[in-house]
Amino acid sequence: MKLVIINYGAGNTQSVKFAFQRLGITPVLSYSKEEILSADKIIFPGVGHAKAAMDVLRKKGLDILIPQLKQPVLGICLGMQLMCKFSEEGNVDCLGIFNESVKLFEPKLKVPHIGWNKTDGNDDWYYFVHSYYVPQNEFTTMTCNYITQFSAAIQKENFSAVQFHPEKSGQAGEDFLKNFIEA
Amino acid sequence: MLAKRVIPCLDIKNGRTVKGVNFESLRDAGDPVELAKIYSGEGADELVFLDITATHEKRKTLVALVERIAATINIPFTVGGGISTVEDVYALLQSGADKISLNSAAVRNPELISHIAEKFGSQCLVLAIDAKQTANWKVYLNGGRLETELDLFEWAKEAEQLGAGEILFTSMNHDGTKNGFANDALRQLSETVNIPVIASGGAGAMEHFYDTFTYGKADAALAASIFHFKEIGINDLKNYLQQKAITVRL
Repeated sequence: MKLVIINYGAGNTQSVKFAFQRLGITPVLSYSKEEILSADKIIFPGVGHAKAAMDVLRKKGLDILIPQLKQPVLGICLGMQLMCKFSEEGNVDCLGIFNESVKLFEPKLKVPHIGWNKTDGNDDWYYFVHSYYVPQNEFTTMTCNYITQFSAAIQKENFSAVQFHPEKSGQAGEDFLKNFIEA
Repeated sequence: MLAKRVIPCLDIKNGRTVKGVNFESLRDAGDPVELAKIYSGEGADELVFLDITATHEKRKTLVALVERIAATINIPFTVGGGISTVEDVYALLQSGADKISLNSAAVRNPELISHIAEKFGSQCLVLAIDAKQTANWKVYLNGGRLETELDLFEWAKEAEQLGAGEILFTSMNHDGTKNGFANDALRQLSETVNIPVIASGGAGAMEHFYDTFTYGKADAALAASIFHFKEIGINDLKNYLQQKAITVRL
C-alpha cells in the first residue's frame, strides 16, 4: 500500500511520518501531483496558521488537486479546518470540501484547547491543540465538548478528517491510524 | 472534559539526562529516549526536555535527539533551553518537537514571541517564567541567576498578548522544597491570563498535585526528581487524582 503525506510545510509532518513508521508503514512525503495521485491513501496533515497554509497550498497548486482526489484522504487538525470553505484564522477561503466556516473559540474557557479530551460517547482520550473549530454539521461523525460542542471528526465520501492529533494520542491514536490504513 | 496534565521534566546535557535517575529497568539511565519511553508507558501526558547544554555547537546533538524522541514516543513533548532565534525553533519543530519553550530570550526580545507565533502558531509556544517572591513576584533570567524588574503577572499577560500559547511558571521559592506548588501565585496567574498555566516547582507528594489542580487552578503540573527517583509513580498519581474527582487521562 502506498501512503502519501502531503508535504506542504505543516508542523506535524515528521510526527505523522513517525507515527506510521511505528505501525510498520513507510509513508512518502511529497507535494508532487504525480506522487499524490499515485497513492492508495493520503494524509493531509496540519499545524500552523490557516492563511499561511492556504498560501502555500495555492502556490503548489494543491488547492485545486486536493478537492479532486478520489482516494481516501485523512485530514488532521489544521488539515481538517482547511478542508472547510472558510476560516476565521486569517479570514481565508479554504478548500471547500465541507461547506463550513471554521470559527475561533469564544474565550469562555482557556484558549487554545490544549490537552487530552474525550469525544462524546467514546472512552478514548485524544490529544487536542487548537484555537479554531469546525462547528457541528451534517457530516460530523464525532463531537467533543469544550466551550461548545464542536466537530472532532467529519466525513464526506472519501474525505475524512479529525481535529485531534492521532499521531500524538498514545495507543488510542495509533489504533485510529491503523483503522484508517486497514479500512 | 479536558484532563489535567501530569508532565515529567528531563534535564538534558550533551544529549544525555543530567539528574541521576533511579530506574533499574533502564539499560542506559542516561539516555533520554529510554526514559521518555518509560514515562510515556506509565501514563505521562506530555514530556518536557530542558537542554542545559551551554555551547551552540552542541545544538546539533539536541536536534538529533529530538528526532529520536519523536520517532519513539506517541505523546506530545516540549523542548526548551537556550532557544533564542526563529531558526532554532524551526529546526526543533521540523525534527518532531510539538512545542518549544522560551525563557530568557523572550524577556530580552519580546518580539521573538510574536515572530514565532505568527510563523508556527501559538500552540507550539510555551513561555517559561522563573520567578521569586520577595515583596512581589519578580522574573529571573539565566536559570534564576539574574534578577529583573519584571513583574510575573504583567510579563505573563504581555506574553499572552504577544502570542504565547501556554505559561510554564516555576516558583524559585518552592523549587526543590517538596512542600507543594506556589498555589496562590498560580491561582492569580490563571485568573490573569486566558491560556493554560503549567505549575512547576515544589512537588513532593500526591496531594500537592491535587492542591495545584484545585485551589491553584493549574491546567498541568510539572515535576522532575519525584518521578526520576520513583518517589511517586505517574500511574499511581493519576489514580489518586481520579479518586479525588480530578479529570485525568487513565
